Amino acid sequence: MSGFRGPPRKGENYELSADLNSEYREKRKDAIKKVIANMTVQKDVSGLFPDVLKNMQTDDLEQKKLVYLYLMNYAKTQPELVILAVNTFVKDTDDPNPLVRALAIRTMGMLRAEKILDYICDPLNKCLRDDNPYVRKTAALCVAKLYDLKPELVIENGFLETLQDMVADSNPMVVANTVAALSDIHAAAVLAGSSTDTFHITSTILNKLLVALNECSEWGRVEILSALARYETTDERESEHICERVVPQFQHANASVVLAAVKVIMIHMRHVKSENLNKQMIRKMAPPLVTLLSNPPEVQWVALRNVNLLLQKRPDLLQNEMRVFFCKYNDPLYVKVEKLDIMVRLAGEGNVDALLSELKEYASEVDVDFVRRSIKAIGQTAIKIDAAAERCVNVLLELIGTRVSYVVQEAVVVMKDIFRKYPSTYEGVIPTLCANLDELDEPEAKASLIWIIGEYARKIDNADELLGIFVDTFTEESYPVQLQTLTAVVKLFLQKPDGSQGLVQRVLNTATKDCDSPDVRDRAYIYWRLLSTDPGAAKAVVLAHRPPISLPRTTVSPQLLEELLGEVSSLASVYHKPEETFVGRGRIGIDTVQKKGVELADDRAAAQKALQTVAIGQQAENLLDFSDADGAEDGQQPSGLAATTMLTSTPAAANLLAGTSSNPLDDLVSIFGNASLSAPTVQPQSAALGGFGLGGAPSPLPPQTPSVLQAASPPTQQSGQEDLLGLF
Amino acid sequence: MISAFFIFNQKGEVLISRLYRTDLKRSIADVFRIQVVSNTDVRSPIITLGSTSFFHVRINNLYVVAVTKCNANAALVFEFCYRFISIAKSYFGKVDEEAVKNNFVLIYELVDEICDFGYPQNSEADTLKSYITTESVMSSNIAPEESSRITVQATGATSWRRGDVKYKKNEAFVDVVETVNLSMSAKGTTLRADVDGHILMRAYLSGTPECKFGLNDKLVIDKNERGTADAVELDDCRFHQCVKLNEFDSDRTISFIPPDGEFELMRYRATSNVKLPLKVIPSVTEIGTTQVQYVITVKTNFSNKLSATNVVLKIPTPLNTTNVDCKVANGKAKYVPAENVVVWKIPRIQGGQEVTFSAHAELTSTTTRQVWARPPIDVDFQVLMFTASGLIVRFLKVFEKSNYQSIKWVRYLTKASGSYQIRF
Repeated sequence: MSGFRGPPRKGENYELSADLNSEYREKRKDAIKKVIANMTVQKDVSGLFPDVLKNMQTDDLEQKKLVYLYLMNYAKTQPELVILAVNTFVKDTDDPNPLVRALAIRTMGMLRAEKILDYICDPLNKCLRDDNPYVRKTAALCVAKLYDLKPELVIENGFLETLQDMVADSNPMVVANTVAALSDIHAAAVLAGSSTDTFHITSTILNKLLVALNECSEWGRVEILSALARYETTDERESEHICERVVPQFQHANASVVLAAVKVIMIHMRHVKSENLNKQMIRKMAPPLVTLLSNPPEVQWVALRNVNLLLQKRPDLLQNEMRVFFCKYNDPLYVKVEKLDIMVRLAGEGNVDALLSELKEYASEVDVDFVRRSIKAIGQTAIKIDAAAERCVNVLLELIGTRVSYVVQEAVVVMKDIFRKYPSTYEGVIPTLCANLDELDEPEAKASLIWIIGEYARKIDNADELLGIFVDTFTEESYPVQLQTLTAVVKLFLQKPDGSQGLVQRVLNTATKDCDSPDVRDRAYIYWRLLSTDPGAAKAVVLAHRPPISLPRTTVSPQLLEELLGEVSSLASVYHKPEETFVGRGRIGIDTVQKKGVELADDRAAAQKALQTVAIGQQAENLLDFSDADGAEDGQQPSGLAATTMLTSTPAAANLLAGTSSNPLDDLVSIFGNASLSAPTVQPQSAALGGFGLGGAPSPLPPQTPSVLQAASPPTQQSGQEDLLGLF
Repeated sequence: MISAFFIFNQKGEVLISRLYRTDLKRSIADVFRIQVVSNTDVRSPIITLGSTSFFHVRINNLYVVAVTKCNANAALVFEFCYRFISIAKSYFGKVDEEAVKNNFVLIYELVDEICDFGYPQNSEADTLKSYITTESVMSSNIAPEESSRITVQATGATSWRRGDVKYKKNEAFVDVVETVNLSMSAKGTTLRADVDGHILMRAYLSGTPECKFGLNDKLVIDKNERGTADAVELDDCRFHQCVKLNEFDSDRTISFIPPDGEFELMRYRATSNVKLPLKVIPSVTEIGTTQVQYVITVKTNFSNKLSATNVVLKIPTPLNTTNVDCKVANGKAKYVPAENVVVWKIPRIQGGQEVTFSAHAELTSTTTRQVWARPPIDVDFQVLMFTASGLIVRFLKVFEKSNYQSIKWVRYLTKASGSYQIRF
C-alpha cells in the first residue's frame, strides 16, 4: 500500500516505518509510541499512516488506543486511507468487551473524514441501545460529535429522538452525558441560526433530571444543573421546588458543582416571590461561597469574581464575612486584587476599623500594583462610609509619612477624591500634601494635587507660588496636568484676584499660544473670554458647587448584571462581560479576531475600562438626576429651582446637557422661548460658553453644566444676567 | 467545552497534546507558548485571545493547560485541571517533567478516558486504576464479564466502589486533619483564625457497607440533647460524592457507601472558638539602619500530654542582611540568604512549654533607603491528637448485609503549613 506514495528513504520516519512493519510485536509497539511522541511535538509523521494502520487490529488495548490517537490526528489528511480502518472499527463495536466497543465508537466520532461518517450511523445506532451503560454514555456524546461534523446525518437517522428518549435512562451517568450531548447540539444549532429548540426541557424531563442529579458523578451534576438553569418554570411553586432540590448541592466538594447550583438558584429565585424563602436561600448560599476560598488559587479567583457579581445583586449576602477575604501574604496578585474589591464592598461602620488596619498593612507590601490598589481601597472606603472618612484620612497621612514615592503619589490621588466627596472638611491636611510637591512625578498625582490647590486657593497662603512652579514648566507637562493647572490658576485668580493677575495672564498666554492640545487650548480660550467678558459670571461658573461624588454600587449595568448572574461560573461571569465580547460568532479562528483580543488579553485593564464606562454613566446620571434637594440647597433663589426643572423637561436642554448641540446659543434661546428675544445678546453667550467649557469631558471633575444654570445667583451678578433669570 | 488539553514544560515545549474538539488546530500550542510561557508578567490564570481562552495551572515545572473556544464553565475547567493533577499523582507519585515524559502513553490513555468531546467523564482514580493500568492489558485476557463489571461500576450510582470487595478483617481508619489559618497583627490581635478541616478515611470493609458518621456538630447536638458544652459550630461542610447530600440537607446525618481504600470523606470550615495551639510573641527592633534585633518566644497552648512536632518558623530578615547571629536553646536556627529568612527548626515542643529565639542581624548600608516591608513570620507545625476547632468523631456505624463486626480507628492532627502567619 505504501508503495504508491513512496516511503521516505532515510531519516527517522524511514526507520520508524521499518519498525512498524517489524515481525516482533514489542518492536512495533515501541515504534507506535515513538510516532505518537513525534506527533506531540508537531513533527510530521503523516507519511507513516499506512504503516500505523496495519497495527490497528490487535488484542493489546494500549496499542489500539495509541493507533486510534494517531488516526484521530491524521484521518483528515488521509481520507482515502481511513476507509481501510472502517472495517476494524465496525468490527470493534461488536466486540464482547464493552471497553473496546466504547473505544471504537468514541474514536469514530473524532475522525474528521467525510467518508467515514456514512459508516458510523449503523454502529452508533447499535451502541446507543447497548446493554452496557458505559457504551451508551459514550455513544450519547458521539451523537454530538456527529452533529458537529454533519448535522444532516443526525437528523436523518433520528438520533435526536433517540437522545431525547435516553434522558429517561436508568443510569445517571448516561442521563448526564445525554444532557451534555443535547445541550451541545442545542448550542451548535443556535449558533447556526436555527430557531427550533433542539433540547426543549419539559416538566417530565425536569423530574428525571432532578432524580439523576443526586446520583450522578460530579461532572454530570454540573451538566444537569446547567440544563436546569435553562428550564423555564411555569409557576412559582415549580421554581421553589427546583430551588429546594438544588440547595443540597451546595455541600458538594467540587467547586464547579457548588457554583452551578448557585447559578440555578439565582435564576429560579427570580420567580420566587416569598421574601422569606429568598432570604433563606441567600443564607444557605453564603457559607459554601466562603468555603470556595480554601480551593487552589485559580478556582478561588473564579469564585471571587463571581462573589463580586453576587454581592452587586445581594449586598446582604456575606454581611459578616469580611475577615475571610483578608489577603494572605502568599496569595497570587490576581486573588489579592479581587479580595480587595470585595472587602470594600463588604465594608460597613461595624468592620471599618479592621479593614483599615488591613489596608494599611497591605500598603507596606512589596508589589507596587497591589500597594496602589490598597491605597485606592482606602479612598473608596472613605467615600463609602461617611463616619469612617476621618480615620481613612489619618491612615493616608500616615502613609504619606513613609515618603515612599509611589505610596505618596497614590495617596494624593485618593485625597483628591476625598475632597470631592467631603468639600472643605479636611483642609488641615493640605499643608502636608503640598509639602510633598517635589516627590510627585506621575501626571495623575500632579494633576490631583493641582486640583486641590486650585480648589482651596483661598486657604493656601502660597498657592500662587505653588501653581507658579507648574506654570513655569507648563509646556513640558502632560495634558491632564496642563488642564488642571489652567483651571487651578483661574480658580486662584477668581478667589484671590490681587497678586495672581500676572500668573493667570501667563498661563492663558502659554496655553493658547504654545500648546498643541485642542482641549487645553480651547479651555484656555473659554476661560479667557469668560474672564474678560464678565468676571462675575466666571466666578459663578468656575467656583460653583458641584455635587459630591459617590461610589457606584454596581460595576456593570443592571441588565448585564442579571445576564451574568444567569451565567455564574462561566467565562463571561469571570470577565464581567457579555459572552459576545469574547466568543466570536460562528467560532471565528484565532487570527481573525486577534486584534480584538489584545484589549481582552489583560482582563484587569478591561475590567477597569468597564468601570470607567460605568463611572461616566454614573456621572451622566448625576447630571440628569439633579435632585430638587440639591437645587434648593444651593440656589437660594427660587428661580434656580425653576430653571432646573424647566431645563430637564425641554428637549433642547437635553441636547445641551449631552453636549451635542451644535449651537448652544440657539438652544438657550429656544429654552427661554419668545420672551428671551428681549435679552441682551451678550449675556446668553457668556452663559452658553460657560456651560460649554465646563462640560468638557477630559476634566476629572464632574460635569458642572446644571449647577451653572441653577446656581447663577452670586451677588456680583450684573444686570443683564438678572434679566435673564428674571425671565423664569 | 474543553477543546484541547496540553502539558507544557517550563521552556514551553509540548509534552502532551490532546484535541477534544474539531474547532482547534494543534498549532494553538504555539500561541500559548508565546503569550504565557515566554511572557514574564502573566497576571491572570485565564488568557483570552480572540475567542480562544487558555486556562492554565502551574505544578512544579509544568503548565497544565486547557483551551476552550466558548463561554466555558471556568470553575469546571480548573477543577478538571486539578483533577488531572491528582490522578497523575496517584498514578506516578509525583507530577513533573520527568514523570510526564516517562508515562506519556499512560497519560494519553488517561486524558482520553477522563474527558470525551470536552466533557469530563469519570475521574475517580480508584475506578480508573481498575481498567487503565501501567501494564498493557490484553483484551482477550480479560473475561467479558470482568470488563462489563468494571464498566457498569464506572457508570453506576456508586461509581466509586466495586461490589465484590472482601476483607478478612474489616477495618476503617478515620483521620481528622485540621489546618489552622491564622493572621495575627503586629499588636497581637487575631485578625483571622479559622480551621480548614479534612476528614480522610481509609475503609477496608467488605461488601457494600452503609456507613453513618457522627460528629459533635452543634446543629445536631442542640437538636437532640440540649446543653452539651463541647459541641462545635461548623460554618460549612463539603462532602465526597458518596455522601447523600439530600439527607444531610434535611437532618444533617452523614450517611454514605464509602469507596474502597483511601478517600476524603468531607471538608469543613470552622471559625468560632478556634484554639490556637502555638502562641508566638515576636519582638523585632531595627536599631538604626544597620542592625535588627530579634527576640521571639513560642508558647504551646495545649495539655502537657501532647506535643507539637516538626515546628518550623520562618523569620524574615531585611533584604540587605549580611549575617545573622542566632541563639536558641531548642532546635536549630539557620540563616537562609536565598529566601531572606532565618529558619528555626524545633523537632518537638511539649504542651505548656515555652521556647525562645534571639538573634542579631547585621545589614549592609544601602544607598536607596527602602523601607523594609516586614513580611509575616510563618510557622509550620503538627500536633497529634488535638483539634483546633474542638471537633470530635462521636460515632462511625457500619451496616452491611452480612452483619460483620468492624474495627474503627480515629486519629486527630492539627497542623499548619504556610498559613499560620504572625506579623511584627
